[in-house]
Amino acid sequence: MTRRRFFEKVSFALGGVCAAILGVPVIGFVIAPLFRKAPDEWLPLGKIDAFDIGKTVNVTITDPSSLPWAGVTSKSAVWLRRVSEDQFIAFSVHCTHMGCPVRWEAGSELFMCPCHGGVFYSDGSVASGPPPKPLVRLQVRANNGQVYLKSGPIPITTTL
Amino acid sequence: MRQFAIRIWKWIDDRLGIVELIGPAAKHLVPRDARWWYTFGSATLVAFVVQVVTGIALSFSYVSSASQAYQALQFISNDAPFGSFLRGMHYFGASAMVLMVGAHMAQTFLFGSYKFPREMNWITGVLLLGFTLAMGFTGQLLRWDQTATWSVVIAAEQAGRVPLIGNWLAQFILGGTTIGGATLSRFYAIHVFMIPALLFVFIALHLWLVLHHGIAEPPVAGKPVHPETYRQEYHKELQKTGVPFWPDGAWRDFIVGTILIIAIAFCALYFGPPVLGKPPDPSILQADPRPDWYLLWYFAVLALMPPSLEGYVMILGPVLVGILLLIVPMLNNQGERAPSRRPWAIAVVLLSVIMIGSLWIAGARSPWSPNFDPKPLTPAIIGATSGAVFEGARLFQEKSCLNCHLIDGHGGRRGPDLTYVGDRLTHDDIVIRIVNGGVNMPAFGRSLKPEELAKIVTFLESRKQKVSSTNPGAK
Repeated sequence: MTRRRFFEKVSFALGGVCAAILGVPVIGFVIAPLFRKAPDEWLPLGKIDAFDIGKTVNVTITDPSSLPWAGVTSKSAVWLRRVSEDQFIAFSVHCTHMGCPVRWEAGSELFMCPCHGGVFYSDGSVASGPPPKPLVRLQVRANNGQVYLKSGPIPITTTL
Repeated sequence: MRQFAIRIWKWIDDRLGIVELIGPAAKHLVPRDARWWYTFGSATLVAFVVQVVTGIALSFSYVSSASQAYQALQFISNDAPFGSFLRGMHYFGASAMVLMVGAHMAQTFLFGSYKFPREMNWITGVLLLGFTLAMGFTGQLLRWDQTATWSVVIAAEQAGRVPLIGNWLAQFILGGTTIGGATLSRFYAIHVFMIPALLFVFIALHLWLVLHHGIAEPPVAGKPVHPETYRQEYHKELQKTGVPFWPDGAWRDFIVGTILIIAIAFCALYFGPPVLGKPPDPSILQADPRPDWYLLWYFAVLALMPPSLEGYVMILGPVLVGILLLIVPMLNNQGERAPSRRPWAIAVVLLSVIMIGSLWIAGARSPWSPNFDPKPLTPAIIGATSGAVFEGARLFQEKSCLNCHLIDGHGGRRGPDLTYVGDRLTHDDIVIRIVNGGVNMPAFGRSLKPEELAKIVTFLESRKQKVSSTNPGAK
């Protein structure tokens, strides 16, 4: 190997080292959210008696994993229905089509999406429109007079 | 004094080499007849400069914090001197950039300017189109109102459809598993640093290619591109009839650029910046997220495409369109350039405009969305103030039927107009449709009591032309 060729190789190698010194932490920092765990806590929604049997209501929750500067964006909502004395059903507010917030229309007992016209029956199954899946049911339980919801990620409809 | 200034300038130029650097580019020869059609590219650049200047100004007051961005935007819009105007300039500048880049692309395609040896001019242009649209979308998100936050969710949901890595992509977009503190700062970095850096690099490359290969001469029917001889013929013609870009060619760019800036400023003053929606609180479910106008057509695609094809179209569609645009010059880089000899090129542009235009109109009207706040039916429209027809009308509204169906101009457009449904459907038809649902209608058999169903059917049966025509309040 000639001296010139050697220094060419050394220069390229040093360039690679510099790129790695900068690149590894930068890429790691940027993709860190991919490895952030979904919130996994039971959040109190209120006293059992605060919910009427048969009614579907919108309950606001706060993401327990939110960053201190999240402000109002740490809030989200669920649709909660008390079906019996101690049984509740909770639905994600996200339409399974594109994630828009579905609204409960009490008169028709339907969840309707404002974006692309997705409609769901009261049990969350698809009534019409483009949603490929039923509304996502969230874990909910009643305990010691309180209703709790298992916090979780925004449900993402995936193909595989 | 003048001599002194000239001496100073000469000293500066001697040390910096400005004339040596810019002179050849400014004085390079361009085809004499490259006139007004050739101003779309420079107009796009002017719009980009407007975006850079107004964007830098806005960033002096913008706070890229999820908890404060909304308030910062309210301050910019309502209190800061020129804040509202600058936001308007930034918004209409983005609109102008999208329009101009589209016009530039259509002109380049129709004139066959992407053919040999300018294939890479086209390819870098396609990438610049993609970056421009990405800037538009991320810019809308920085508005950080309710629509912005829901648009992030929609973007994450779309990314989620990508096979195998969908969930990761969605999480990358959200900056976690939910909307929160990390979401906005990601889009701020992407909108303010990443994509602009790519835009600067590719604009520089695009301009270099314009200088390197020269501006394509206007096409002439019967004068095809032969890669073996094109360069020689082009330079020969340019030496014979070409004119220096500065000032012979550039003055038209200055006129169009000035008109564009005046138009952007006029729109910013007259229409103002886009209105800030509700706060970015995801627990407020009274939301109606819509993209800005330049992506409204895609919003319509998502609503109108058959659900069975959606997964493929959503992921493969943009990829295929992108690949198709990128390989256009590879598919056909020689031969005739004149549009008169390439009718298929005219057809492609016309069809694209018609398709995007139609989808845009559909997106703006979005008839598939329920009307959550329909105007109530008046007694004049109902044609009764008591009895089964009146009760049926009350139930028709109470059961959200009016959210999706029009009666005399009141209600939604998601389902068929029922103003004269009594003329076209029998009693049994109406009952079957309500109980079982239809193509795009939920079944109400489980949620309606028999007496409620009977009243609604009575009301609908009464919707006949002769009934309406006797009504003073009806059309």
